[in-house]
Amino acid sequence: MKKFLAQAYLWILLVLLYAPLFFIGIFSFTESRVLGNWTGFSTKLYANLFSGSMQGSGSLISAVENTLLIAVVSAFVSMMLGTIAAVGIHNLRGRKKQAVSFLNNIPMINPDVITGVSLFLLFVFLHFSQGYLTVILAHISFGTPYVVLSVLPKLRQMNPNIYEAALDLGATPRQALWKVLVPQLRPGMVSGFFLAFTMSLDDFAVTFFTRGTIGLDTLSTYIYTDARKGGLTPELRPLMTLIFLIILILLVIINVRQEKMNKSTSK
Amino acid sequence: MKLKRSHWSIPYVVFMAIFVVLPLLLILVYAFQDGSGHFTLSNITRFFSDSDALGTFAVSIEVAIENTLICILLGYPAAWILANKDLNRSAVTIILFIMPMWINALMRTLATAELFNTLGITLGKGTLLFGMVYDYLPFMIYPIYNVLNKMDKSYAEAAQDLGATPWQVFWKITVPLSMPGISSGVLMVFMPTVSTFAISEFLTNNKIKLFGTIIQENINSSMWNYGAALAFIMLIIIGISTLFTGDDEREAEGGLI
Amino acid sequence: MASDTHIIDLKHVSKRFGDKLILDDINLYIRKGEFLTLLGPSGCGKTTTLRMIAGFLDPDEGEILLDGKDISGIPPYERPFNTVFQRYALFPHLDVYDNIAFGLKLQKVPEDEIEKRVKRVLKLVSMSDYEDRDVESLSGGQQQRVAIARALVNQPKILLLDEPLAALDLKMRKDMQIELKEMHKKLGITFIYVTHDQEEALTLSDTIVVMNEGKIQQIGTPIDIYNEPVNCFVADFIGESNILKGRMMHDRRVAFIKHEFDCVDEGFGEDVPVDVVVRPEDIYFTTDPAKCQFKATVNSCIFKGVHYEMWVDTDTGYELMIQDYDPYPVGSEVMLYIDPDDIQVMHKERTRNVFDGKMVDETHVEMIGGVFECLPQEGIAAGDDVRVTVRFEHVDLLDHQEDGIVAGEVHFLLYKGDHYHLTILTEDGYHVWVDTNDIWDKGDLVGINILPKDLKIDKKDEAEA
Repeated sequence: MKKFLAQAYLWILLVLLYAPLFFIGIFSFTESRVLGNWTGFSTKLYANLFSGSMQGSGSLISAVENTLLIAVVSAFVSMMLGTIAAVGIHNLRGRKKQAVSFLNNIPMINPDVITGVSLFLLFVFLHFSQGYLTVILAHISFGTPYVVLSVLPKLRQMNPNIYEAALDLGATPRQALWKVLVPQLRPGMVSGFFLAFTMSLDDFAVTFFTRGTIGLDTLSTYIYTDARKGGLTPELRPLMTLIFLIILILLVIINVRQEKMNKSTSK
Repeated sequence: MKLKRSHWSIPYVVFMAIFVVLPLLLILVYAFQDGSGHFTLSNITRFFSDSDALGTFAVSIEVAIENTLICILLGYPAAWILANKDLNRSAVTIILFIMPMWINALMRTLATAELFNTLGITLGKGTLLFGMVYDYLPFMIYPIYNVLNKMDKSYAEAAQDLGATPWQVFWKITVPLSMPGISSGVLMVFMPTVSTFAISEFLTNNKIKLFGTIIQENINSSMWNYGAALAFIMLIIIGISTLFTGDDEREAEGGLI
Repeated sequence: MASDTHIIDLKHVSKRFGDKLILDDINLYIRKGEFLTLLGPSGCGKTTTLRMIAGFLDPDEGEILLDGKDISGIPPYERPFNTVFQRYALFPHLDVYDNIAFGLKLQKVPEDEIEKRVKRVLKLVSMSDYEDRDVESLSGGQQQRVAIARALVNQPKILLLDEPLAALDLKMRKDMQIELKEMHKKLGITFIYVTHDQEEALTLSDTIVVMNEGKIQQIGTPIDIYNEPVNCFVADFIGESNILKGRMMHDRRVAFIKHEFDCVDEGFGEDVPVDVVVRPEDIYFTTDPAKCQFKATVNSCIFKGVHYEMWVDTDTGYELMIQDYDPYPVGSEVMLYIDPDDIQVMHKERTRNVFDGKMVDETHVEMIGGVFECLPQEGIAAGDDVRVTVRFEHVDLLDHQEDGIVAGEVHFLLYKGDHYHLTILTEDGYHVWVDTNDIWDKGDLVGINILPKDLKIDKKDEAEA
């Protein structure tokens, strides 16, 4: 009985959480320009989306491309910078360690508006013209801390002697680094990359403030301007639905693999 | 000078100095300057005399507190059930609760607003709060779930062994020991609520402004100094709230990942 | 045997986790005020038994009685017992005082009474100055004392201890053992203790319950268990032993290592196969030919501090371990004897492997998870239920699991002087016993093979006769 109530509570919450998404999903399969008006099943909106025949589809597609490009580049740089930083922080002690850790936490605590505004002022101050470069730099600045936080635990779990063991067995420092250190850190680096990637995809405010006036749009800013104009462009419905499904499938795959790994290591 | 591994942190420190510390300092600088670069407190005083701005500020804090409380009230039981192996064995359910975090917040908010429109519910304070809870609930559930999941079961057993009923175990042991998760959740809900701008626009049809909105409006209309001053005030609030949740947050590290 | 001195009775208690039988028909009683230890290797069911008494688990079958009354349905917070957990489980958000006072506060004991009792129990565990300390700043040994104090302050009828000393280093463990024993004497309450360390059990207990694979192997005082183990498992688990295959000639006369000896055991019958246990310290050297019962050559001699440990090869080809205060040089010929009192004869649990099987066809039988080829059987048809008997020495073990008919893992090793007696656990959970001269390790993965001529097959109903 207790279990039934508990499960019921969870499912009610889930229904509420997903209602808007399902709503959009359902109405992505109809042609009506007005949301909520079901004019019969149709995949026309999906076709429009992919064929680029809707108004302003060019800019939507370039917005999606920009979003992906910025996310990949900034996440990658964050991963490299963050991993090196994590190794450095792991080897620090005392006050210095606390200071750098605090520094690392700031972007995560700051609301995105503050990050956006502060970076905006920075670029004005440095006379940097705002565009792709500034957005990518901005994304790196808030993505790297997540990489650091993903890699540090791996460093802590790692046996401190394995680097020396490699040297003892004849490896040069560089070989020890690549053959021993990096493989240990790789899971943390990968999950850090994905975190930074997701943070970048998800971002609105920071991009908003650092993209300048050259017409650079990411998906978020596109949706923002579009929605302000009044209502949702119908073709955005299939886009949202697709994104929702992709993320769902990815998460399930990741978690299933996690479960498998956990089971095999515990044997 | 021998290249120690601790020196590896230097590139990062430099990067952060330029892209995090310096920008924040610039906020300070702009906040206390007037249009011609002279030091002034007028931006700050302007805030305190502008009833609109103060009103928005108050509303933002109010909404943020309400949002945070509702998220805790709804989210803690959910996290507790998810972490309780007797009540929930499904990993998929957990994924379903966490997934919204990975979907673009703007999209989710828009979807919510459109749903309200279609259902004929007028946009206003109620929808704003609902939309906020809807947006931020997963961020409260996830860290609490993490802490509860990792918590050593033998604490609950020891408490029972010493005579505590399940109800007593919950309030005297489980809740206190899950504070790091709650703090983490509060941190991820409270400040972002105060500072959002697009979300409140959509959910209230621009009827209600939140603090983030007026910052954005000012910056966009080139009122950089006033905007920076408002941002500065927000930084102070952040500082205060981290003082309250500071230590616990470090313990909950891993609450995000 | 008055049952009013029994504080706990376990009657026909069984417990399953999934399809694994964790406890198999456990019957035991615990006397009021005694120090009883549940002893056995990991997985034997000792912790499960303890948790059942504490109330964290319910038995699937059987009863648990407290002073004669069934307590099966009662939750742990209503039972008058307290547990010292293996990793202490001290509440990190409370200091030492509040941890200890936790149970008392729940019982709504008045503040001044709480203070008195907390201080008294802190004195008992020698931690008086630590009231305000943060529990995470304490060492392992200190945390453990606080855990004991937290349990004792509630004046429980029984103190349950789940391997409390496992996480401490050797010296600390030995000191704590002495302290626990004194606490027990002082307080006079019943202690139920779980451990896998047989020395610890021998030191602390009034009664030891030796468990293995969910079954009780033997219950007795430390001296009984040490001197008179009832089977090979107990003999091997407790102390060092020489365990040998033997033959009971008749009462008080047993043959092993191809010699005959006088012993004190009776009632086994005549010319019956038995197992014999002789402790290494009970084999004596002599220079008197009249006393000499058998000769041997010294193979190795190692100094162990308290004594020398030597391995000798007897004149009949058996290896024995001897412990003595004096060393004998390697290679020297020695004369040995054993007192009748020191020879412990045990019933053999089994003399052959006996498996249930089903005939697949005339020359194949299915058993223990595989299909084995056999010689054609008269009078037995396909589909018949049969009993298959295989001698221990006829089971072949192969290095690679795929090379055998059935795969398994070496579960238990017993050296019997001239061969090893292994217990193999097959993939499907069957037990196969093997005698071999090859050296295997516990945990080795093996393939099992049996030649057709070595399978002795009888139809089930005939075998029943």
